[in-house]
Amino acid sequence: MTHGGSHPLLAPNLFEVCKVLTLAILGLVDVILDGLGGAIPPLADPLAGLSGFLLSPLIVALLTWLIAMTVMLLWATLFNLLTVMWIERKLYSRLQDRYGIMISIWSLPFWPFNRKDRPTHKGTGYLQNVADGVKLLQKENITPATADGAMFHASPVLIASSTLMIFVALPWSSGFYIAQLEFGLLFVLAAFSLAPFGILVAGWSANNKYTLVGGMRAAAQLMAYEIPMILAVIALTFSTGSLNLFEIVAQQDRPLAMLGPVAIPAWYAFGPQALGFLIFTVAIVAEMERIPFDIPEAEAELVEGWTTEYSGMRFGILFGFKWLRMIAGAAMIVIMYLGGWSGPVFATPIVAGVPIPIVPEEAWFLLKVWFLCVVFIWISWSVPRVRIDQILQIGWKRLVPFSLLAVLIGAGARVVGW
Amino acid sequence: MSAPALHPPITGRPVPGAEVEILAQIGSRFPDKVRDPSVVRPRVLKITIDRADLVEVARYLKDVLGFEHLSCVTAVDWKDHFESVYHLSNWYNGTILQVNAHIPYDDPRIDSLVPLWNAANYHEREAWDLMGVVYEGHPNLERILLPKDFKFHPLRKEFAQEVDRQYISRRKLKGGK
Amino acid sequence: MGPQHPMTHGLWNMRVQVDGETITDAAPEIGYLHRGYEKIMEVREFQKNVVLTDRLCYVSSITWSHAYCLAVEKMMGIDVPDRAKWMRVISLELQRVASHLMWLAAFGPDLGLLTGLLWALRERELFLDLIQVMAGARMNQNYPRIGGVRNDFPENFDAMCRRSIEHFREKLVEYRKLFHDSKVFHMRTRGVGRISTADAIDWGVTGPNLRACGVNVDLRRLDPYESYEDVDFEPQVWKGREGGDSYARFICRFNELEESCGIILQAFEKMPKDGAFRVKPPRRAEGEGFARTEDSRGEALFYVCGDGDDRPYRVKIRSPVFCTMAATPIMLRGNKLADVVAILGSIDVCVGEMDK
Repeated sequence: MTHGGSHPLLAPNLFEVCKVLTLAILGLVDVILDGLGGAIPPLADPLAGLSGFLLSPLIVALLTWLIAMTVMLLWATLFNLLTVMWIERKLYSRLQDRYGIMISIWSLPFWPFNRKDRPTHKGTGYLQNVADGVKLLQKENITPATADGAMFHASPVLIASSTLMIFVALPWSSGFYIAQLEFGLLFVLAAFSLAPFGILVAGWSANNKYTLVGGMRAAAQLMAYEIPMILAVIALTFSTGSLNLFEIVAQQDRPLAMLGPVAIPAWYAFGPQALGFLIFTVAIVAEMERIPFDIPEAEAELVEGWTTEYSGMRFGILFGFKWLRMIAGAAMIVIMYLGGWSGPVFATPIVAGVPIPIVPEEAWFLLKVWFLCVVFIWISWSVPRVRIDQILQIGWKRLVPFSLLAVLIGAGARVVGW
Repeated sequence: MSAPALHPPITGRPVPGAEVEILAQIGSRFPDKVRDPSVVRPRVLKITIDRADLVEVARYLKDVLGFEHLSCVTAVDWKDHFESVYHLSNWYNGTILQVNAHIPYDDPRIDSLVPLWNAANYHEREAWDLMGVVYEGHPNLERILLPKDFKFHPLRKEFAQEVDRQYISRRKLKGGK
Repeated sequence: MGPQHPMTHGLWNMRVQVDGETITDAAPEIGYLHRGYEKIMEVREFQKNVVLTDRLCYVSSITWSHAYCLAVEKMMGIDVPDRAKWMRVISLELQRVASHLMWLAAFGPDLGLLTGLLWALRERELFLDLIQVMAGARMNQNYPRIGGVRNDFPENFDAMCRRSIEHFREKLVEYRKLFHDSKVFHMRTRGVGRISTADAIDWGVTGPNLRACGVNVDLRRLDPYESYEDVDFEPQVWKGREGGDSYARFICRFNELEESCGIILQAFEKMPKDGAFRVKPPRRAEGEGFARTEDSRGEALFYVCGDGDDRPYRVKIRSPVFCTMAATPIMLRGNKLADVVAILGSIDVCVGEMDK
């Protein structure tokens, strides 16, 4: 087992991997254009110029970025979101002593899956979320007549775009990222904190007493829990000395102590940042509006809270982005406190000239993020929800002093040299 | 129970023989106002009074005899008179007392017991709503179960019963045959 | 809040005046489910009205039909055989457990504890199966008769009940962990929706809501009917200080689950092994009679008048939830908006009996 020898699957980074794909596509286009130029002689020169233009570095970079961003988007929403939603639905169903979603791939209505001899509902249930998304797509997007139209339509866009912005700077391994920012942590936290604006706008613009109450509650709650979050991060920066997410993870890649043959890595959750870790986790659960902190969306009192008046895919976006924010939040916790993507690599076979690490960094990261999501889901479905004034009391009266204490501990540890 | 201010603790068990004692006390306090008092069965009493004596008797029952719980207020339409029936419970000895207050048919008014027991609030509203008996002194005597603009008092015997309704076909409603 | 609201159990409207998040005044509006029961019960014969009284509170049908049958029996002056009394006790207690479990299933999601819904409904299935074996249907069973019950118990019914109750008692331990041990649950229910004892008695609150204020009134003990005199059980009264809040109501109702199981097992031992389960009542009746019973939600009182015909002249239904609803403004004032559904969940509203 090598320590500190984790390798990403997408090496050296996403841009380079996508560049291979872009060059392959452009090479194909080049061949086609060459063939066309050969077949139609008058067009030979303009087509050669076109293919030269297409293969220029600017266009290659542009296309590569497009492909990279698409890959990141699909990775976050198509793969991660679906998987975490599936995990949640299955887990809480099992907690409630029932099977949960059970749809099978044989329920798809097209060939080769529309066989009549296989049961349609004895499967894993993974496709259920896709089905729910399709259902929401084909529903009518109703706008209440008395709602503020521009703001009502703008709010899902705001929430969705600010959440997707997080994934620009949030790396999934040391190679799987879009942008390597020097102040990556700051950017991620800032993008994470933009969504409350969208929620407040949604609550006000729908012109409905339930959404108004939900929006106000959401604003108060999310504002109250930003402070401990930022303070915990400040405490962390005493230990890390940098806001660069890659550096933070790299610093946690070393062993802290040896417990027999197993090395305990130097994750920040184990050191002086333990208090900060707990505070940040609680603050993130509150920011993600999960039970026990989901009073803004409390369907017991407020029908559906601030999303009451949304229907169709607008509701689907808001609903889905709650999970996306959970993934982003869990990813932040994992990067900052749980060692990110560092983990032992057991073997690195070379397949067709490409080294494939077993287990790559992406897998460790996903494992940790999903484990954290499982913990959040378990807590969510076992406790009742806390009332808004109690939430604010916990936030202001308990978490803020503790987070100040964490800052003190962090600073003190730095001075002492821990 | 002679001293009204001291209430014995609520034991949760009935006191045997309490109903006979209570009946004797009522009989001695209101000898002429109470008509045919009787012990129906153990722990159950029944008296009949006129509507003018209601508040006085009720106040005595509540303050002196400890009937602190008003279970029910009913209005019954006997075609020649109304009756407002009160069921009062005594939590101390487990007795329940039924008071039938006689109300003439053409003047369906009676004093409200809301000043004594707030439990009468909803019950009297319901009796007014369904039967049309006016409870004077009620804070807001308005319809509670039926829609606010409903015009009739359905529980009266003159209001058509379910089996007396005619089925009117849609064609007939629109002016056909 | 209402009448279309996902978490008000049933159809009623609560007009709440708020100042920020604090409730300053509240006024319930009921009558959305008014079906004109008292009028239509005058048209049907005495026995046929049991079909209607079942559907008064559809969650707890046997207790309501039984109250009606008791009132008519008092009016007719007939006596029910011994075995029938015990059978009625067992069926009432089974229905009471099922009704309380339905309340628990509704109370959990009110506070955000959606797991409670599934668990309580899972346990309710046990008792609904027992009721189905006994009476033929899970809900609206049409089981009590004037003069007894409809049919005798099936064979091995006591063994079935014992097995289900044993399984249920093990599950109660899990419920304690989910509800009682949860700090958030205590935060949401302690001190919330408080009503004083004097206010409760004044406004006519009965049942577990009154016992939560510390008043030791259980009509099965205070005014025994059927064979409750011979049954040894403990009315669940809140014994601590500062009762009358949602937590006290929850505890009183929750502990009644255990008590009812005890009553059922006792009744099986004390029941006469054979005997008539029904006497034939007279067809026509004159006079007036009333009976009150301890329904799952409080004191249910039926007042029946007859004028010699074979159908009642007047039936008055006194519903405990009707009176408790009148007291809700007191419980709601001063609390937060988020507590409205929690408080109303703790008083166990069943709109069917409230609106008749």
